[in-house]
Amino acid sequence: MNTTVMTEPHPQPHDSHSPEDIQRHVKVYLLIGLCLLLGTALTVGAYYVHFTSVVTTITVALCIASVKAGLVAAYFMHLISEKRMIYVLLVFTGFFFLGLMLLTVWAAQDYPMLPAR
Amino acid sequence: MDAAIPYTTQLRRDTGLYNAKVGIWLFLASEVMLFGALFSSYVLLRVGADSWPHGLLNVPIGTFNTAVLITSSVTVVMAWASLKMGQLKNARRYLLATVLCAAMFLGVKTVEYRDKFTHYEVRFTDGKVLTGHVKALGRTAFLSLSKLKMMKVEKFAFHPDAAHGAAVATHASSMEVETAKVEKLECFGPWHHTYFAIYFALTGLHGLHVFGGMLVFLYFFGPGAVLYRADPVRYTNRIEVAGLFWHFVDLVWIFLFPVLYLL
Amino acid sequence: MQNTLAAPHHLAVGRDVPGTHEAPHPAPGFWRRYIFSTDHKMIGIQYGLTALVFMLFGFFLMLLMRWQLAYPGQPIPFLGKALAALLGEEAVGRDAAGRLGVMLPDLYNSFGAMHGTIMVFLGIVPLAFGAFGNYVVPLQIGAPDMAFPRLNAASYWSYLAGGVVMLVSFFIPGGAAKSGWTSYSPLATVADQAHRFDGQTFWLLGMVLLITSSLLGAVNFITTIIQLRAKGLTWMRLPFFVWAQFVTGFLLLLAFPPLEAAGVMQLMDNLLDTSFFLPTGLMISGTKPAVSGGGSPLLWQHLFWFLAHPEVYVLILPGMGIVAEIIANNTRKPLWGYKPMVYSVLSIGFLSFIVWAHHMYLTGMGTKISSFFQITTMTISIPSVIILTALFISLWGGSIRFNTPMLFALAFLPMFGIGGLTGLPLGMSATDINLHDTYYVIAHFHYVVAPGTIFALFAGLYYWYPKVTGRFMNESWGRVHFVLSFIFMNLIFMPMFIQGLAGMSRRMYDGGASYGVDNAGEGVMGALSHLVLHMNKDISRAAWLLGVAQIPFILNFFISLKRGKRVESDNPWAATTLEWATPTPPPHGNFATTPEVFRGPYEYSQPGHAKDFTMQNQPA
Repeated sequence: MNTTVMTEPHPQPHDSHSPEDIQRHVKVYLLIGLCLLLGTALTVGAYYVHFTSVVTTITVALCIASVKAGLVAAYFMHLISEKRMIYVLLVFTGFFFLGLMLLTVWAAQDYPMLPAR
Repeated sequence: MDAAIPYTTQLRRDTGLYNAKVGIWLFLASEVMLFGALFSSYVLLRVGADSWPHGLLNVPIGTFNTAVLITSSVTVVMAWASLKMGQLKNARRYLLATVLCAAMFLGVKTVEYRDKFTHYEVRFTDGKVLTGHVKALGRTAFLSLSKLKMMKVEKFAFHPDAAHGAAVATHASSMEVETAKVEKLECFGPWHHTYFAIYFALTGLHGLHVFGGMLVFLYFFGPGAVLYRADPVRYTNRIEVAGLFWHFVDLVWIFLFPVLYLL
Repeated sequence: MQNTLAAPHHLAVGRDVPGTHEAPHPAPGFWRRYIFSTDHKMIGIQYGLTALVFMLFGFFLMLLMRWQLAYPGQPIPFLGKALAALLGEEAVGRDAAGRLGVMLPDLYNSFGAMHGTIMVFLGIVPLAFGAFGNYVVPLQIGAPDMAFPRLNAASYWSYLAGGVVMLVSFFIPGGAAKSGWTSYSPLATVADQAHRFDGQTFWLLGMVLLITSSLLGAVNFITTIIQLRAKGLTWMRLPFFVWAQFVTGFLLLLAFPPLEAAGVMQLMDNLLDTSFFLPTGLMISGTKPAVSGGGSPLLWQHLFWFLAHPEVYVLILPGMGIVAEIIANNTRKPLWGYKPMVYSVLSIGFLSFIVWAHHMYLTGMGTKISSFFQITTMTISIPSVIILTALFISLWGGSIRFNTPMLFALAFLPMFGIGGLTGLPLGMSATDINLHDTYYVIAHFHYVVAPGTIFALFAGLYYWYPKVTGRFMNESWGRVHFVLSFIFMNLIFMPMFIQGLAGMSRRMYDGGASYGVDNAGEGVMGALSHLVLHMNKDISRAAWLLGVAQIPFILNFFISLKRGKRVESDNPWAATTLEWATPTPPPHGNFATTPEVFRGPYEYSQPGHAKDFTMQNQPA
């Protein structure tokens, strides 16, 4: 009978974190923390390697950073098992963020009268 | 005091969330746009710049600070997990650890800022450009050519950086420089170059977030912890919500570190 | 307890039933109740009164500017000397005959910048979102209060602080910000070289406070609408006003932070001599400033318009929401096309984030990116037209009650229509290059916001006044207010289209006189004709008369508090939505019994019902 757009009735809303679950989660958290520290070491290591091309350097550094950020968001911020409402919100935010970044950069590149550098 | 507002601790049936969690995610969405705009500015400024400085920040110190912030993220999530298991004592220990990590981060950041304000680019009238440390008028920070001229300083001490331009100045040799032979003298403050402008804007705003988060955790460690006895679920939720903010601050730094220090 | 809220007069019973969900509160003292209240209704009223005062003030600035445009270089009668005493003779000067009271160019620029800033950020948004949203949204969704009441109060106080900072800036050395409400860099940074803490710095500090206020408000509104809807109030049963506020909340939440970032950067440009927006090779009055350069003035424009285009929809969407409520109520019919309207408002919200650079065609953007923004701009007009069309069709076949709120709501439709349609030529780069920065833009924008949004806000004020105070505003004076406002609004803005098409620039201190045929010299093509220049005087007279036309409203607003006709029930307009199911005025905690919703928002004239309206909380 309900017309639902974004809501999905959950029959039994409850937190999925019983103390036993948490015990297991704690190990995951520590593991993720370790991975993040390793990731940092990797980023800095890549910095001292001195890739030949600037593009490679930037790509490698940003890829590692994205993986690290993904781990933080997924596990520390519980995004791996979050409610649908939050996902919807973040998808929109991500879209607008990309719009802002890509369109500004595109606009800055697309100036026909810009003197050649 | 407030009218009885539903879903402050209970989960709403159709969303499966309590109010504060919706609120903090909305706030974080706006934060994504705030830092997103600054990162866009970084890209635009860098793409349009004639030259972009490299190697002027101290990578080992930055790495250390990254590790500190990651550790603090772990302690926050551990504080929340402890509360979920009903261990307030452990949770408070973790909160204290978080506060100390935050203070450590800010302390290190202060040292880094000071390094920038005492590190100079000196352009001589013969066109030579050197970076290094300056001492004049009994101080080393915030000196400028106009200030030296105004105070009628004719000579000042200058320690140029090692030739390869590493950030750690080795003070190979010190020299006396005549003010008249200097065309420009400027420390690496935000006014020196758009790189430093965006560096100070990004890290300054990030630092403010760290400071705010530190105050919040200090409150929950201290007087705020009383709530646990009255309403443990609400207290745990508050730690979760504050934790979400803190992880976001950590997440921003994970990008800031390579973008500003390494690339 | 059986729900007896079907007919409003039963509410008096419901109010006294013991054992409702809430314990009685100890009566809070004066300060907690009226000043530092956390009750959404009191905060809404605070927002409303403050915003109305700011709107009057912003309007007043423009009335003074209109003198300078109509009679350039002549002393302002009556007020010129007072203005000189208030702001000093560096702002208000003398004419050739030595008479004091001439508005000098810097003051003109200050007033222009502050008129825009005050009207948009301190007047309309706080009134539409802060006041109406705060008061009405929790009532319409059946909530006891906002989700975060203290955050709500913080939002108001941050707004007031921002407003005070803006007002103070008029009195600092150098005067208020004078680089337009858009504050384009590098002009905004270099405009006042004599003072470091200049008007622009105050403007930026004020904006940071206002943005903080908006963010707190937006978080609160969206959380409230997601979490605190009454039982049974599904998304497609929300009143259209709530949808409009929901989308507005998202626009504020996600579009404002980039301006906050830009504001921080411009503040650093002003105070720390950074060069975020100052390009290499910048010269000020022939000298090279002592900055590093390397910045991008276009970066400011991108970040500013990333906010400011969604901001246009922040200005208009709540107005559309109000008008939809009032039209449904006074045609006694369900809104035609409720669902398309909801999807349209969501589409507008979504698209409004990717149209911003149509304000920047004149910067010489390339054809590819211009085409992209032209396409998105043309696309976003579709959902706007759908909403407007649905509202027009809703009128069809209704037995319309022409009361004051309905008159304003009806006037909104063609006025917004004119404003919207005249925007299309500005959305296309070929035509925009001619029209940009002329009076055409002023006319277009003001048709959307002044006879558009402001009429909708007036409609809302007349419509919800009985719920807030328990009394009606005087109907006859309301009609006088409407008719005069309608006439003078059009007399002000319609000639501006002509002036703009004739090529009159919008930023001229003398109203274009120096580009008139008398001053243009031999053989100059396209100089402004006497007719176009004379319109300045006509427009100014209409503007001053519009000011006079607001006197009936102001008197009506205050006198009706004591003398207005009392409402005879809690639902004086015989409306369907939940705000009319509360006692009048609603007490702390709003509802006598926790409401439950059984039906859609606009069940007017349903067959098989005794009355011509069925409230949302009436059981099936």
